[in-house]
Amino acid sequence: MAQTHIDALYQRLILDHYRNPRNKAALARHSVEASRCNPVCGDEVTVQLVVEEGRIARAAFTGHGCSISQAAASMMTDVVRGLDAAEALRMAERFQAMMTAPGLPAPGPEDPLGDLRALQGVSRFPVRVPCAMLAFEALRDALAGVGGTPCPPVH
Amino acid sequence: MPATRTLDPAAVRADFPILSEPVGGQPLVYLDNAASAQKPERVIRAVDHYYRHQHANVHRGIHELGRRATEAYEDARARVAAFIGADPDEVVWTRGTTEAINLVAGAWGIDSLDEGDEILLTTMEHHSNIVPWQLVAARTGARLRYLEMDDEECLRLDMLDEVLTDRTRLLAVTHVSNALGTVNPLAALIEAAHAAGALVLVDGAQAVPHMQIDVHALGADFYALSGHKMFGPTGIGVLWARRELLEEMPPYHGGGEMIRVVRRESSTWADVPHKFEAGTPNIAGAVGLAAACDYLTEIGMDAVQAYEHEVVRYAYECLSAMEGVRVYGPRDPANRAGVVAFTMDEAHPHDISTVLDSRGIAIRAGHHCAQLVMEHCGVAATARASFAFYNTREEVDRLVQAVEAVRRIFA
Repeated sequence: MAQTHIDALYQRLILDHYRNPRNKAALARHSVEASRCNPVCGDEVTVQLVVEEGRIARAAFTGHGCSISQAAASMMTDVVRGLDAAEALRMAERFQAMMTAPGLPAPGPEDPLGDLRALQGVSRFPVRVPCAMLAFEALRDALAGVGGTPCPPVH
Repeated sequence: MPATRTLDPAAVRADFPILSEPVGGQPLVYLDNAASAQKPERVIRAVDHYYRHQHANVHRGIHELGRRATEAYEDARARVAAFIGADPDEVVWTRGTTEAINLVAGAWGIDSLDEGDEILLTTMEHHSNIVPWQLVAARTGARLRYLEMDDEECLRLDMLDEVLTDRTRLLAVTHVSNALGTVNPLAALIEAAHAAGALVLVDGAQAVPHMQIDVHALGADFYALSGHKMFGPTGIGVLWARRELLEEMPPYHGGGEMIRVVRRESSTWADVPHKFEAGTPNIAGAVGLAAACDYLTEIGMDAVQAYEHEVVRYAYECLSAMEGVRVYGPRDPANRAGVVAFTMDEAHPHDISTVLDSRGIAIRAGHHCAQLVMEHCGVAATARASFAFYNTREEVDRLVQAVEAVRRIFA
């Protein structure tokens, strides 16, 4: 695996979202929330949405895990703000398509994926794709009104 | 046979075809041996030879191939038994350690335990030595208790008086921790458990690849191991148990081969160990595992242990000297076998593993099926480098360089 793939995977923007996550907070008031866990590694993301007049007024997350899962959650919560449910789900599909098709042309600067475009390099690491998808899976569960599948408590 | 042999890493590496296989265009550094070890040519050939020349079902046919297969299968049992110092009729073939422990839980545990009885586990156990006992506890009303670890991830023998009671019926404990490499003081644990009137089951999966095992000298009541972690095939393992326990225990699975006579309403059982071997077994797996034992005997487990000790100690010293790296488990190398588990301040274990993989280095990142160990260490996951006798100091150097590269990315 070429070093260039590793460089593409751990771009500065991804590491910045990992170290300085946006929207990382437990909201006192939210409309829906859902948690997702990757049982293989224990990575966990809980997504909370404040929905006003049919649109996502605010998205926030809590969780822990690797740089990819946490950066993706940070980026996702930025990107879905202002979208309605159908638009947010289309965003999830767009992101998933990018994750599962390595070698696609890089999305342009105008692409609605925004900072999430930086995660395109993950598509060359199939075992890491579930990390990148974790926040969107929680988002889908939250929009569907189901609570998701959090990691069960260890105790 | 010389009293102490030395191990030539270049020579043993040549015995393992996969070790010369480039991975991602780079020489492979395989440090995921605690998950599963690689296979020497000897084992691959034994399985191949069995299928080409010896295969039929065992203990059934009168024909020539049936005789050959049965002979290969029972000869394998005798050789594996000899390798661990056991008698062949105390060696029950299983799919691996997990099934061996489930066999004891299902046959002995369900049958012998009552409400209020206690099963003593440790927080160091692999899930396969916890969950079967949780199932037994739910069925029987028995209670689970835990021996804790200290701040060097060694078992707290000072707690034994507190957790071993007159209701303790079983101590189930790992010989070597898969997540930490801690070697447990089995002699003291077995003595204390027996004094309290409890039986002792030892999970030997991570011990057998690294040291000479003599189950009779050890004095436990049950010892479980997996073939694939000791350079044999997957899907084969062993439950060793004291003969009288095997005689007393009811069958685990019902089916062919485990019976003597079947009538409409009831049946009688075959002699041990066949009483516990329902259905057509993994014959090729048994043959392959015996070949692995022969191979290890030729190299010498004393040589394996002495050589590995130095490589693991070197890895521990290099990694624990690195800034921002925390290594778990005992500091005294005498109490450690096969494993160096660590975390880094900036990088998550998954990210460590991905960067290492890009340099041809295979380690495992995660909870290692030992979530109680993670809880004790206060982490969700660790990066684990786990060693076999074919690993070298040069590979440790490559590991350390790769961990440096991780730090350059994440610092």
